Amino acid sequence: MTGAPPIVEMTGISISFPGVKALDAVDFRLFPGEVHTLMGENGAGKSTLIKALTGVYKIDEGRILVAGEERHFGGTADAQAAGIATVYQEVNLCANLSIGENVMLGHEVRGPFGINWKATHRAAAEVLATLGLEQLDLRRPLDTLSLAIQQLVAISRAMVTRPKVLILDEPTSSLDANEVANLFTVIRRLRDQGVAILFVTHFLDQVYAISDRITVLRNGGFVGEYPTRELDRTTLISKMIGKDFATLRSLGSERQSHHYEPRGEPLLRTEDLGRKGSSEPTDLELHKGEVLGLAGLLGSGRTELARLLYGADKPDSGTVWLRGKKTDIHSPTAALAHRIAFSSENRRDEGVIRDLTVRENLVLAVQAKRGWFRPLSRKEQDALVRKYLTELNVRPADPERPIKLLSGGNQQKVLLGRWLATEPDLLILDEPTRGIDVGAKAEIQAAVAALAAKGVAVVFISSELEEVVRLSDRIIVMKDHRKLAELENGPHVTAETIVAVIADEGDDEEGDSE
Amino acid sequence: MTDVASRLAAKRGAIVRNQAFWGVVAIVLLLAINVISDPGYLSIGYNSETGHLSGNLIDILRASAPILMIAVGMCLVVATGGIDLSVGSIMVVAGAVSMELLSSMDGTTGDAVLTLAVALGIATALGAVNGVLVSVVGLQPFISTLVMMLAGRGIAKVITGGQNTTADNDSFAWLANGYIVGVPVVFLLAIVIVVLVALLVRRSALGLMLEAIGMDSRASRLAGVKRRNLQLTVYSASGLLAGIAGVFATASVMTVDVSRTGYQLELDAILAVVIGGTSLAGGKFSIGGAVIGGLLIATLDKTVVFLGIPASATPAFKAIVIVVLCLLQSERVRSLFRHRRALRAQSQKEAVAA
Repeated sequence: MTGAPPIVEMTGISISFPGVKALDAVDFRLFPGEVHTLMGENGAGKSTLIKALTGVYKIDEGRILVAGEERHFGGTADAQAAGIATVYQEVNLCANLSIGENVMLGHEVRGPFGINWKATHRAAAEVLATLGLEQLDLRRPLDTLSLAIQQLVAISRAMVTRPKVLILDEPTSSLDANEVANLFTVIRRLRDQGVAILFVTHFLDQVYAISDRITVLRNGGFVGEYPTRELDRTTLISKMIGKDFATLRSLGSERQSHHYEPRGEPLLRTEDLGRKGSSEPTDLELHKGEVLGLAGLLGSGRTELARLLYGADKPDSGTVWLRGKKTDIHSPTAALAHRIAFSSENRRDEGVIRDLTVRENLVLAVQAKRGWFRPLSRKEQDALVRKYLTELNVRPADPERPIKLLSGGNQQKVLLGRWLATEPDLLILDEPTRGIDVGAKAEIQAAVAALAAKGVAVVFISSELEEVVRLSDRIIVMKDHRKLAELENGPHVTAETIVAVIADEGDDEEGDSE
Repeated sequence: MTDVASRLAAKRGAIVRNQAFWGVVAIVLLLAINVISDPGYLSIGYNSETGHLSGNLIDILRASAPILMIAVGMCLVVATGGIDLSVGSIMVVAGAVSMELLSSMDGTTGDAVLTLAVALGIATALGAVNGVLVSVVGLQPFISTLVMMLAGRGIAKVITGGQNTTADNDSFAWLANGYIVGVPVVFLLAIVIVVLVALLVRRSALGLMLEAIGMDSRASRLAGVKRRNLQLTVYSASGLLAGIAGVFATASVMTVDVSRTGYQLELDAILAVVIGGTSLAGGKFSIGGAVIGGLLIATLDKTVVFLGIPASATPAFKAIVIVVLCLLQSERVRSLFRHRRALRAQSQKEAVAA
């Protein structure tokens, strides 16, 4: 790696938008045959830097050298011509086309009678083979595949033009551990073929698993470039947030020592609560002031169970007792009336309403609960908004700004404010910290701990097992749409304990079936 | 100085970006064209005997009343991400019911009130049927209201037995032809209703809820917004407003023309809403914009007649005006103009520097 000249060299890159300096004299180098991670909190300038490199944004100052030649990108086509390919976070493929068609879209092999499908599929097969994906059936329609495989198809598609640089923008944010491992195998393969890979992620484990080098940005500025093995996690995080992360640590120990002993009547009790095809009949109990963690891999049925509790999906079996009374929760409206609130894992489609302002998003649930004919006065709205913007430290604290202009972490805080404003007794949080930066994550975790201390019952769902262990009083481990085990949290429980529970079960099953 | 100038420029930018602004510009242009062909076009006469104002402008206001009604209803429906194609047909049903009832009555004010109540009740019920089809059954708004559009005109023909029924009732006719302090009652009523609807929508949380379901119905469902009730309310309201428009349209001549009353007016209503800057994709809506759009359509209709454009060419003329307007409103076209302006400014600067 050393010795070879960098394939991409960006020096002194600055980009300004009206009123903000998004990037300020940032340097970035990318060598052939390396995986380079770009780290920083939301709003640090990672996406802006990537967009500068892919020709989406024009740079105000600085130089971009690709393979030693200075380039001026007027658009994405220029960057592609220079050998830079990008795979974005949301998979941009055609769900109704086949794998082969998707891979070759726009690069179909043409013969005298239009597209030569045979040759096209052959070319697609070659590309898949270079990624070690020969086993995929080219003719299968894309929408029958899991998101993880779709992601691999998207990478194959980017590799059709044999780029020298591949940019992966948060490719793992919706994959489970197994799928991430598969993806990494493919990434390593490409790296060994000499492709320079720029990788963006929020998951620290993945950074250490795959990357050779890390560049850290903060507030649009360049913090430094480090070989991964010379930078430990604590240092990395403190470089990203610009201060030490003791808050995060102290919170964990505080929660685990506080450990809540449930007594008296449970706030919520379910018996055989389930829905065909999405959630096996489940029993659970939840007490006031308790944080119940739902742990399990993606697709284990965590989300489905949470949606049943909120009435977002209708259960078709089982009974729910709320405060000792048999209760029918058949819709979100009914749930809110019973003081249950639910924050969906899908912040984009089921959380924020992008075109509404921060204020409107925040008061929406309270207003819906009251009915439209009893509007909150402007004064009441302002009071609510001021309270939660301050309490949750939303930045910028401008209630009239459309929420789509806020970073992911701040959107999530506004959403949390929306649910808190309904004064719930039971708050269900599905992946409240996914895809947000370390600082916002710590703030949301602190808010959850504070809520539990105030007597609110919280159901906390997260793919990050450490986070579940840190926050929960009790943990329900789920797999294959059913409850596997229930653990009392304590100093002896760690992420490994949960992994062991899931893995044990898997072995048993295999043993049974053989 | 630059501070004031830039603030002024910003304000001007905001006005120009406001889509309804171009509707106002179009109205002024149309009136200007009329004035060129007849300098006395804008003059308003005053009849000292009856105390009525008269003139082309008054005619436009009078003609705009039914369009304003259906445009406001359409605006609310469009905000939820739906569409109501049945407003023209609900107009003719309301007209047919009124004329049939009045023709069998004595012509007292009490009869007029009773007739009005029955006609508007039926119109609201038809709107509610749309609402049920969309919200409870879950049909697409386009299909549900298309069905109602076809059914409505059929119902009107059944009510009148296929005849163009005529009736006499002075109180009922006064709604469309009367004057209060010189201004047509029908226009005053329309404005009062528009203001009431606007107040209801913006002073309550109804506007926010409608926008929320129009922008993102899944997120609003999880936030507890009752989509069903809101859709039912909005389609019923659109039916009621269409009923009022039907009463206005038939009361002016005291005749219902089952094949022409309200014919294709749903398209005018949709145009008015779009001209007013409300996106057909749903979400943010502007009742004020819809009113401007409605006034523009009324002005356009009168201009076509005034300029003596042959009836067969009328749709083409209307289409041209609307296409130009939509082009002016389009973000893309405007950014093209901005780009050209910027280029010109740059070349001037370079010329100065050289």
